[in-house]
Amino acid sequence: MFLQTLITGLSIGGIYALMAVGYSLVFSILNFSNFAHGTIIMLGAYIGYFLISWFYSSLAISLLGAIVGAAIFALLNVSLAYIPLINRKAPPLYLMITSMGVSIFLENMVYVTVGSHFYSFPEIFKKSSVSFFGSEISTLDLFALIFSFIAISGLHLFLTRTKMGTAIRAASYDMTVASLNGVNMNRLIGVVFILAGAFAGIAGVFLGIKYMVYPTMGWITSKAYIAAVIGGLGSLPGAVIGGVILGILETFVSVYISSVIRDVFSFSLVIIFLVILPAGLLGKYLEEKV
Amino acid sequence: MQYILGVLSVIGIEIIATVGLSVFTGFTGLFSLGHAAFMAIGAYTAAILTYFYNVPFLFALLAGMLMSAAVSMIIGFPTLRAKLRGDYFAIATLGFGEAVRVILENLSITQGARGLPGISHYTTLPVVMVFSLLVVWMTRNFIWSKYGRNAIAVREDAVASEMAGIDLFKVRMISLIYSAACGGLAGGLFAHYLNYIQPAMFTSVLSTQLTAAVVAGGMGSLTGPIIAISLFIAVPEVLRVANMWRLVVYGLILVLIMIYRPSGIMGYHEFSFEILKKIIPGRAAGYAGKRGI
Repeated sequence: MFLQTLITGLSIGGIYALMAVGYSLVFSILNFSNFAHGTIIMLGAYIGYFLISWFYSSLAISLLGAIVGAAIFALLNVSLAYIPLINRKAPPLYLMITSMGVSIFLENMVYVTVGSHFYSFPEIFKKSSVSFFGSEISTLDLFALIFSFIAISGLHLFLTRTKMGTAIRAASYDMTVASLNGVNMNRLIGVVFILAGAFAGIAGVFLGIKYMVYPTMGWITSKAYIAAVIGGLGSLPGAVIGGVILGILETFVSVYISSVIRDVFSFSLVIIFLVILPAGLLGKYLEEKV
Repeated sequence: MQYILGVLSVIGIEIIATVGLSVFTGFTGLFSLGHAAFMAIGAYTAAILTYFYNVPFLFALLAGMLMSAAVSMIIGFPTLRAKLRGDYFAIATLGFGEAVRVILENLSITQGARGLPGISHYTTLPVVMVFSLLVVWMTRNFIWSKYGRNAIAVREDAVASEMAGIDLFKVRMISLIYSAACGGLAGGLFAHYLNYIQPAMFTSVLSTQLTAAVVAGGMGSLTGPIIAISLFIAVPEVLRVANMWRLVVYGLILVLIMIYRPSGIMGYHEFSFEILKKIIPGRAAGYAGKRGI
């Protein structure tokens, strides 16, 4: 029972980690809470769903389409809504309000155009499961977990082994100094949003397969913010660890205490973390500058 | 006619909540993404009191206000004491708003997600008018008082105002309690106007509507948010658009205002006939960039 709960928690935590990575990546560069990230995840899920059910494509093509589509949406989002503010050096709070606006706009745009139906992905993975030390893990969860792990490792390699990755890491410490050293900031911000969008696409498809696809599914993505806060806002390893911890804790709470209390627990957890440990487990807490 | 009076009542109720939030967001400079929770607490407290316990309407409203204020202290004390950065505080209020809604959906006295039907209809248009005028007048006085001045100083520069001897925690706390009490009052009036409440009415959509009104109206103006929320409610009713398009437009307004006019409709100014005189050509005399509050 204990091991089973742990495995279920781990598989949910993998998806939370995927969501939190994209969110944290943006936070580490621009230092604001991108509430539109959840909506991009939702759009990724829709793209993945329509590819797989209308064009009878395989999961691989659906995943790829969701990644590309969500990345394009993220890029449009940043260049239309955020860049004017960034160029004006607006305070992070303004960017946050803008991201709220983008999220409301896109979510309700889907409502009025696509409708409020709940779509479920066709059954790609038969309801089979793999046995693992006496506990069961469904094939979908196992695949999602492995794929998340590969994607996050890929991102890690990109950030540590390429020139652009180094520039991104430099900018997360100090944007001004990085741009003085010849980093093209607008291009860097674009790349960061493309990466965040790509992760949103993957997370969206897995969320859609696991639950369903509907306009307010971005609601689940508030878990991404919680995971990022636990791990430390702006820290990528923190986002992964925070996501996994949140997934496991939530599963334990819903199994051993009550599933009703689960969401109250997560939302209280974020407040407790912000008050006691605003830097999270691995992040750095920056006071508001004068 | 009945319909127009109904729309006016809703506008009056929302003005109370918006004015309350404008004290917290517009004048103290802290963002809340969970203010609908205070409306929900006020609505449920007042409705449960009149519905189950036959408490007189005014006392129930008062209890709703006090309950919202008390809960705001519970959430405000740790988060404001920790002097969280603006956006961290906003995430904390987002969590708070969701947590309150989930709790309301699962308590037995609130009848869960089904909601409370059959609440007595006490909120008439005159009642709303009296309360909203009272709240606007009190808020005006609050902003012009010492506390209001301190709040504006904190919004403009927290570090400098702390240096000048202002207790940041106290000022922010008072603003939060005041805005929560306004939210509670609006919620109580709302419950007795609609005769029916359910937790799904108080989602982040409502919080967003309030925040959008304050931002669009102008952070640092009292009349701006009042104009904004009135337009937000009246224009879709006049145009008879579907509820969802309304939200699409709210989102768009937030983005466009942040890009093109971050100070909102009124900026720091208050609506006055002097400004009208300035807008009407030939009567420009007498107005020389009077900076309101």
